This record gives sequence, C-alpha cells and structure tokens, in this order.
Amino acid sequence: MTLYARRRIRNAIALALSGAAMVFGVAWLAAILWALLANGVSALSIAMFTQMTPPPGSAGGLLNAIYGSAVMTVIATLIGAPVGVFAGTYLAEYGEGSRLVPVIRFVNDILLSAPSIIVGLFVYEIMVVQVGHFSAWAGATALALIVIPVVVRTTEDMLRLVPNSLREATAALGTPRWKIVTHVLYRAALQGMVTGAMLAVARISGETAPLLFTALNNQFWSTDLDAPMANLPVVIFQFALSPYEDWQKLAWSGALLITFVILILNVVARALASRSKKLV
Amino acid sequence: MIDKTMSAEPARTADPIRPPVSVATAPTETPAPGARPKVEIRDLRFFYKSFEALKGVSLAFDDKSVTAFIGPSGCGKSTLLRVMNRIYELYPEQRATGEVLIDGRDMLAPDQDLNLLRAKVGMVFQKPTPFPMSIYDNIAFGIRLYEKLPKGEMDGRVEAALDQAALWDEVKDKLGQNGLSLSGGQQQRLCIARAIAVQPEILLLDEPASALDPITTSKIEELIGELKSRYCIAIVTHNMQQAARISDRTAFMYLGELIEFDDTATIFTHPSNKMTEEYVTGRFG
Amino acid sequence: MIHIDVNIAGWARRHNFLDALFRAGTAGFAIVVLLLLGAVLLALVRGAWPALAQFGAGFLVTEAWNPVKDRFGALAPIYGTLTTAAIAMLVGVPISFGIAVFLTETCPPWLKRPLGIAIELLAGIPSIIYGIWGLFIFAPFLQSTLQPFLIATHGELPWIGELFAGPPFGIGVLTAGLVLAIMVLPFITSIMRDVFETVPPMLRESAYGVGATTWEVVWNVVLPYTRAGVVGGVMLGLGRALGETMAVTFVIGNAHRISASVLAPGTTISATLANEFTEAIGELYISSLFALGLILFAITFIVLALARLMLARLKRQAGS
Repeated sequence: MTLYARRRIRNAIALALSGAAMVFGVAWLAAILWALLANGVSALSIAMFTQMTPPPGSAGGLLNAIYGSAVMTVIATLIGAPVGVFAGTYLAEYGEGSRLVPVIRFVNDILLSAPSIIVGLFVYEIMVVQVGHFSAWAGATALALIVIPVVVRTTEDMLRLVPNSLREATAALGTPRWKIVTHVLYRAALQGMVTGAMLAVARISGETAPLLFTALNNQFWSTDLDAPMANLPVVIFQFALSPYEDWQKLAWSGALLITFVILILNVVARALASRSKKLV
Repeated sequence: MIDKTMSAEPARTADPIRPPVSVATAPTETPAPGARPKVEIRDLRFFYKSFEALKGVSLAFDDKSVTAFIGPSGCGKSTLLRVMNRIYELYPEQRATGEVLIDGRDMLAPDQDLNLLRAKVGMVFQKPTPFPMSIYDNIAFGIRLYEKLPKGEMDGRVEAALDQAALWDEVKDKLGQNGLSLSGGQQQRLCIARAIAVQPEILLLDEPASALDPITTSKIEELIGELKSRYCIAIVTHNMQQAARISDRTAFMYLGELIEFDDTATIFTHPSNKMTEEYVTGRFG
Repeated sequence: MIHIDVNIAGWARRHNFLDALFRAGTAGFAIVVLLLLGAVLLALVRGAWPALAQFGAGFLVTEAWNPVKDRFGALAPIYGTLTTAAIAMLVGVPISFGIAVFLTETCPPWLKRPLGIAIELLAGIPSIIYGIWGLFIFAPFLQSTLQPFLIATHGELPWIGELFAGPPFGIGVLTAGLVLAIMVLPFITSIMRDVFETVPPMLRESAYGVGATTWEVVWNVVLPYTRAGVVGGVMLGLGRALGETMAVTFVIGNAHRISASVLAPGTTISATLANEFTEAIGELYISSLFALGLILFAITFIVLALARLMLARLKRQAGS
C-alpha cells in the first residue's frame, strides 16, 4: 500500500469515528428524552397540579412542590440577578487598568463551575445553623448564589459586545457615566442580559443538591418562607429512590415537567441570543 | 408646528442653560468679543500609553467657520478632535497635556466638568451610532440631560433638530421607530441632529461621511455648509476634495505634528510646505 | 421658550456624585463576588474544624466510616470521587473530541446549528434527570449488556480481572462514571468546538495547501495550536465530574468501601453528603461531612483554577 493510500484510509477512519461520536452524543439526548416521555407522560394527570405530595402508598400530586420551586426560583432570581448585573457592570465598564478586576473575574469563573453541593453546605452553615431550622429563605439564598456568577458572566460579556463607539457617542452629548450605562448600554445589551438571566433560571430550576440542606422538603402545603418548603427536585430525588410505585410515577412526571420547562427556557434564551447578535 | 425662528440659533441667547455655562467658562479678563478665536490650542501633546500621538500642536480657529484637518492616517487628526471634548478620557491609558482654550478658558483644566464640556462641544463619529431607542428618543435623550421641557416644547426641539439635519421630511411619520431601522445616511444625519439638539457651540465631525455613498455624502456636505452659519465646526476628513469644498481653513498634519495651517484656498493652491504640497497633490499619503 | 431652569453647577455636582455612587455601588457588588469565595472557604473550615481537630491528616487516608463508633475517614469517598471522574474523562474526552472535530470539520453547514443546539440542550438537562434516568433505565441496561460482557471477556484476566470482578449489580462505580461521561460530554464538546474555531483560517488553509488530509490538519495543526484551550476544556469537565452530586447519588450504590472492581458499589464525596447530611446526628458526624465538603472544594478549586489559566493562555495567544 502506498503512503498516500494509508494516509487516506487513516483520514477516513478518523472522520468516520468523529461522525460516530456525534451520533453517540445525540443518541443520549434522544434516549433521555424518550425515557422521560415514556415514563412521564403515562404518569401525567390533572391531579399533579391540584393535589399535594401524598403519603406513601397513596396517589397525589406535586402542587406544593411546584409552588415551592416557583417561589424559591423567583426569589433567587430577584436577589441574584441584580447583584450579578451590577457586579458584571463593574467588570465590564470599570475594569480597564484595574488589578482587582481580573481577580474578581477569575473568582467568578470558579464560582460558575464550583460544585453546587458546596453552596448548599455554605448556606447551611451561615443560615440554617444560625436560625436552627431549614427554611425556604435558605433554599432561595443557595439558589441565588448559583444565579450570581451566571449573570455576572453574561452581563460582562454582553456589555463588552456593545461597541465602544456607542459609549463615545453617548458620552459626547455630555451624558454622565452612570446614565451612559443605565440608559444606553443596558438597553443595547438587554436581549443578551435577559438571555443570561433565563439561562440562570433554567440552571437553578433543576438544582437539587443546594436545596437538600437548606429548604429540605415539606410534605404539606406551606407558604411560610421561614419554614422548610417542598420543591420539585428534592421531591423527585426522594420519590424516585423510594420503594413505592406511586411515588416513583410522580417522580417521573415531575422530571418530565422540569425538563420540559428547562428545555423551553433554553431554546427561547438561545433564540433571543442569536437575534441580539444580529442587532449588535 | 414649530416656528423656524425658534430653532436653535435665535433661542441660544435666550436659553437659560447658556448663561451659567458662559459664566462658568468666562475668564476673568474678558477681551472684546470677536477679537479672540473661538478655539485656541496651545502646545497640545497626547499620549497613548507611552506613544506620543500629538507632539506639541498649536493652532486657533474662529466661530462660524469650518476648519478641516487632513493628513495620512495615524497623523493625529482624529486624536486632536478627541482631545477637544476629552472623549479620550474614557480610556485610562490615554492622556493629554497642553491647553485647549474655548472662549479663553482651558478645557483641559482638571476642574473643568467633563459632561458640561461635552454638552458644549458636540461630536459626530465616523460610523453612525444611533442609540438603541426610537428616532424621537434619540434626539430627546440629549435634551433631557440638561433641560426639563414640557411635551409640546420637546416635540418642537426634536423637530427643529431633525429639520436642521435635513432629516425631518424623511422620518416625521415614523418617529416611534427604532433609530437602527434607518439607512446608513439617515442614521448619520440622525446623529448630527442629536448632536445639534443639545445646542452645542462647537461641532466636531470625525470623518462623518467616510462610511456613506456619494449621494448621501453630498447631502452631509450641504448640511455642513448650512450649519456653518451657527456653529464653530472642526472636521477631520480623508477626502481632500471634501476638505477643499467645505472648509474655510485647512490644517495639514503629519506624524503628530501640525505641518501647515492656512486658508483652504492657499493650502490647496500654493502651500508653503513641500510636504503639504506633495500630500494635496496626491504624491504621498 | 420656557425652560425649567437647571442650575448648571448643581447639575454637575449632582451627576458627579451619582457617577461616583454608581461606580462605588457596582464595585461593591463585584467585591461581594470576590468575598463569596472566601466566605465559602471560611464556612467550610469552620464546619469541618471539630473533625479536623479530632482526626488530623489521618482523616484523608482512613477508610473507616462508622457513625455508631464516631470513626470517620475520607478515603473511600475520595477514592470514589477520583475513580468515577477518571472513568468519565476516559470515556467522555475522546467522544467530545470526536464530536468537536465533526462539528468544526466535516459537518454540513445546515446541520451545524441543530446539532450544536442538541449538544447544548444535553448540557441544560439538570443532573437529577440524569440520576433518575441512570437508575431506572441506564443501570438495568448495563446490568444486562455491558457488565456481563466485561465480566465474561476480562474477568479471568490477571490484574485487569480485578477491575471487573463480582456480579453485575447495574449500579456501581462504573455506571456512575459512565453517567458522568455523558454529563460532561456537552461541556467539553462546546469548549473544544469554540477553541477549534479560534484557529486562524490561514493556518488551516496553508496546511491543506501542502496536501494534508482533514485528519492530519486536525491532529498536526488544529490540536497543537489549541492545546492549552483543549486542556482547559477537559479540566473544566473534570471539575464538573468531580463535584457532580445528584446523578452520581442515584447510581453509585452508596457503599463506604473501596473495591478494586469498578462493578462494585462505592460512594463519592458529594453522594455521601447528599445521602447522609440531613440525617447525620452528632457534632463529629456533621463535622466530618463538612470536612468532606472542604476536601471537594479544595480539589475542584485546583482543577478549575488550572482550567481557567489554560483557557486564558489560549485567549492571550489568539489575541496576539
């Protein structure tokens, strides 16, 4: 065999393997979605949205868990997003020439991919231990701490995408710096920043580990933010690992619900992001 | 409908925003008006990090005139403009020394408020930079910074500015549309309208037509000719014919130095410097 | 013309004040981010202190985990964490590389976007979903296919046989590692793809110009050029695999022991925390769990820090 033929064969094999890897990767997505549909749809019912989580051995729904997840996600976003936006603004707008900013950026990147269970431990230590009991507040705080680095990162990236010419043009009218940022740059970067917030919401709505030691769970309907609160991920965790078939079914339908919401958030966020790229 | 006499020029003396500015900027010894140039630059040096982009430039130019700055790219002509409204201070690694006197007051003085300076010295950039908001708000944005106007009066100011920039007829039916939806030439005129809406005294134009097609360019040039009666205009241009067409005085710069500064006609017909001659006749640059 | 007059000097003062306020305010929030990391470290050390004082460095190398006798050691969870992450990398990195090569080199343009989105959606699926899927679908699947196959083909071999000894449980260290491999796949892939796209087209074209095949261009030009970024991406995936909690907790079996066989159940740091923390009683028990958390934090911090440094290096290189 000539050298050239060997090279071509090696090339063909390598590329075939890379194609196979692609098929392999997409196959997992399909397998997981299929399993969710197959097991989750059959367990879907109106009761899921109208009834509380049941005691072992009886039927019920997920209403208190859905409510709890929604409440804690909203609170976490309301706390985390503004903090992230302002911190990201500082990194993007006042970072030049600063020695501190690269350090903050580095730390933020670490926080961005740090294990979420560590965040749970942290909030347990600073809130649950101090107060003496688990609470929805602690759960929301833990989720907020996960939102912050995501929003910091997207805010900084999006503000950096805004061309300097727009900063100069706004400044050239005699606009004070704070107004340049809040009235023009935020507006220019809005879609990207919303995308970032949505991705953060998508991320926390499935987070389980940080809630285990903070919000814990609650089998009953509770709106008290100062008490343990039910939430979908922890309910799925407990029910799936239980020996009761009713519970396992509910876990599957909860899993389907969460995945569905998250995938929609992801798709919408990405669609927004690709639109904003075209505008800038 | 707005009365044309109410547009920028006549209103300027009656504008309550002006007196405090001129009070704040007037030097203690006020020479006879008209005797002094509007802008006087003395020994201006500019540094980008350690690179000296302007090496001691001095010149002066008058109100209600167009001064053109020409020269090969990198000669410092844009930098000179960017010093006059201190827009360079957005970047911490850039600094300037020397004096830029406007009506006799040094604008580079550390106690000079940047925002007030920039309100007085408007600037239009090479590429159109409409704000991501409606056409109306693009104009109103700058006005709102310094004046609180009732709705009707604001409408009048917006129309006057768009009218001066020869854009009113094209956009009057779509003031609510996003400024980014306009064509390139319209966007640039929107930016000019935005700059004059805050009623500056000086207009800096940094190659305002270089990104536009010839027809739009001629519209912008016409517009500059009209604005000259009201403002002190400094324009940087790559296009020598453009400088010859629209300016009263022309400055030729090279490698951060002012080589020659004279009446435009003189610069383009009998320049006294060999380098200027070579540049304007197209032998280098 | 009637203007509501603005006092110019007052205007300037007010806005300069607001400017300073805005700058200081945003700086404050940025510093909160900075302090957060320190606060996490402090809280973990505080929580772990009783256990650290009691067991000292021996905590790291003790296998025993006995809440009844108050004897705790981190060796089994550390071992499990490292083993599952290693399996995840062994399987996940080559596949991620393959997908990234496919997406950047051979994929027809119209397929690029949908496939890219599919990979990103895989990254968006929360870990608890991987967990429930792993427990109910993937583990039984492995129990009836891959695991008997591994036992049959490798179980009798010397040395290697140890790795595949014992009955096929379905759940266990190998299953956890494979689920982790699927989970880190999209993260590593998307970084590799982004990093491959930083290669200047000229470099690529000149390699093709001398007659190199696509594979040769990837192996000899793209990969060396992006080495730092690729390593950074792999490390980022590793950081995720080390700290992943829910998916692992479902499928690893939660056994506090070290087995040579990857088919046996085991535990990881995060799985131990998820399983035992809320039910732990006694200061030393809880504190030992905090100590585990501290170890996990330290390991992931080092890995993630190295990842970021690598990625930053590639960025500088691409920028210059």
